[in-house]
Amino acid sequence: MPPGEESRTEHPAFESWGRYPVHQAVLKPLHWQGDFPAVLQGGNGGALAVGLGRSYGDVCLLDGGTLLPTTAMDRLLGFDAATGLLTAEAGITLAQILDFAVPRGWFLPVSPGTKYVTLGGAIANDIHGKNHHVAGTFGCHVPAFELVRSDGSRRICSAKENPELYAATIGGLGLTGVITWAQLRLKPIVSRGIDYEGIQFHGIDEFLDLTSKAQHLEYTVSWVDVTSTGKNFCRGIFMQGEHSQTPAPLTVSAKPKLVFPFDAPGFALNRASVSAFNALYFHKQIQPRVTALQDYEPFFYPLDAVLHWNRMYGRRGLLQFQYVIPWENAREGTVAVLQEVAKSGLASFLAVLKAFGDQPSPGMMSFPKPGITLALDFPIKPAKSFALFDRLAAMTLEFGGRLYPAKDARMTAAQFQAFYPQWQSFARYKDPALSSSFWKRVTGEGA
Amino acid sequence: MSTATQQQREPKKVLVLGATSGIAEACVRLWAARGDSLFLVARNTDKLNAVAADGRVRGAAWVGTAAANLDDTAAHATLLAHAADSLGGIEVALLAFGVLGDSKDHSFAAAAAVLHTNLVAAASAVLWLADYFTARRAGTLAVLSSVAGDRGRKSNYVYGASKAGLSTLVDGLRNRIDREGVRVITIKPGPVRTAMTEGMKGSAKFADVEKVAATIVAAIDRGDDVVYVPGIWRWIMAVVRAIPEQVFKKLNL
Repeated sequence: MPPGEESRTEHPAFESWGRYPVHQAVLKPLHWQGDFPAVLQGGNGGALAVGLGRSYGDVCLLDGGTLLPTTAMDRLLGFDAATGLLTAEAGITLAQILDFAVPRGWFLPVSPGTKYVTLGGAIANDIHGKNHHVAGTFGCHVPAFELVRSDGSRRICSAKENPELYAATIGGLGLTGVITWAQLRLKPIVSRGIDYEGIQFHGIDEFLDLTSKAQHLEYTVSWVDVTSTGKNFCRGIFMQGEHSQTPAPLTVSAKPKLVFPFDAPGFALNRASVSAFNALYFHKQIQPRVTALQDYEPFFYPLDAVLHWNRMYGRRGLLQFQYVIPWENAREGTVAVLQEVAKSGLASFLAVLKAFGDQPSPGMMSFPKPGITLALDFPIKPAKSFALFDRLAAMTLEFGGRLYPAKDARMTAAQFQAFYPQWQSFARYKDPALSSSFWKRVTGEGA
Repeated sequence: MSTATQQQREPKKVLVLGATSGIAEACVRLWAARGDSLFLVARNTDKLNAVAADGRVRGAAWVGTAAANLDDTAAHATLLAHAADSLGGIEVALLAFGVLGDSKDHSFAAAAAVLHTNLVAAASAVLWLADYFTARRAGTLAVLSSVAGDRGRKSNYVYGASKAGLSTLVDGLRNRIDREGVRVITIKPGPVRTAMTEGMKGSAKFADVEKVAATIVAAIDRGDDVVYVPGIWRWIMAVVRAIPEQVFKKLNL
């Protein structure tokens, strides 16, 4: 109906990427940096700023509260073409930043596995990428931002100004205030291309060997086949790359044309189909070693080519599981977890293995630490996948590791508090008007 | 990509009235990326500054601003002359200010406020710009009206009346000054997803503001007459206008 329509209704439910859990909230989009304290008036279920909902579990949900989507706050506020320092509103997406930066010869300092996340979300979850071992987390490249609190105060946060709020907000899951704008240090590129090398490995020791040999390379990540056992146990492909130094045209990426059109039926992803996919993926690379000049889009964001690919998991959604286990237990813990997964008979479609580096994050609650990280995802089958998740979470704790809140929908309060013993110090910086379903679950707040 | 047209096109000097409206801001981004010079007018200084900063970063040759309540028609002449001086001459003007009003408030006071902003104040700016462009025998004046002005409906007839008046004014003006080298464009958007339409029933299906802006900017480049965006609304409104009033008054539109 044209403007002026009388009936105003609630938006459809805001979903996280895993589509589990489903929580109802009122949506009040933020359009301007001054909007946040005003929209709080009248709400009593708490509020939470959210971006594109690409976190998998419930860190971007607030049952019975008010979600504040920020994607209309997507303005560029400043760019220094000499240093690559970009200032932008927090709702801008990494895709929008790339569209602006790449033709000017600049690139994101840290790229996650999707470009469809907002700047604010990237800070709030202190995301990481394939270059963690050389560049640290996203927050390492955010020198300053502005935080608005529910009392209406606005604070510039940096390592020097309000340093405690700066540290609490990086990885602070959106709970310390609303980030209105942030600065990001981009890095120069001369080509869209990545000098890529893919190397097959058989077993954890070959993976560790390739990891140590690739320390000097900017990007490393591995896909691992978690469905195979016996001699194929922990086989995979080690992918490494660096930005091409050969100048080439810096064009803007085309918009994706494919959209996963419907919710796949629940049986579409089963052990047989996923095992077949894994075997195909492993053997897609026929030679043990392949080199190529690859565009950055398929290198960093292979799944972004299909919008809404999470519909592949059907209406029930998917669970993600991502741990980091510190080096002293990394090998033993990873083998034990992969054995547990293989034994469970549950198939993970996207299994990603990577070594984190030593560079500390400025964030107080940041997930990465030196060691091995493994990310798995499973279609939700409550009887089986929840039990497996609970076992894997317990194993992670035993091995001295921790789980990633952005990918979690299952860890218990006791586990969270053991993974992040600093949580009570963090809670002092939380804005009293803000909360999330995740925070309530792992702290018992409001229960 | 439109790089070819970007290269062919000379940078323009563009005045935007109501620059913080969703559609206008999306147009500003496109003009800025092409290296145009922009003078932006809106009521709220903070919002105006954010839109101006964005335009500068995206590549505008120059961005000037003036915070002003455009309801104050007595101030128009001074404001518009200042904009023209600052830009070094206006080549394109986009009039994009307007209010939706509260469709549940049936009072005359509410109607008068909507009619004043959308029709009276708009007419004041349009007529000043018509004189300005006619004196130079050049220029493009694009005015954001609405499909809501094409037929009175029970749900938004005051807004619709203001836009009907504006469309008719602009259409007539085109017939007066087109032959004097001035392009006058009536733009009639259907429902677009912006802050103004937020929370409306079905707003998830409204047109994408970036696509709407691209259509408007292209129509201004060409110098079209009457532009429906998205284009399908030309045909939808042709059907809506053709429904006999006997039937229409019983419908729930």
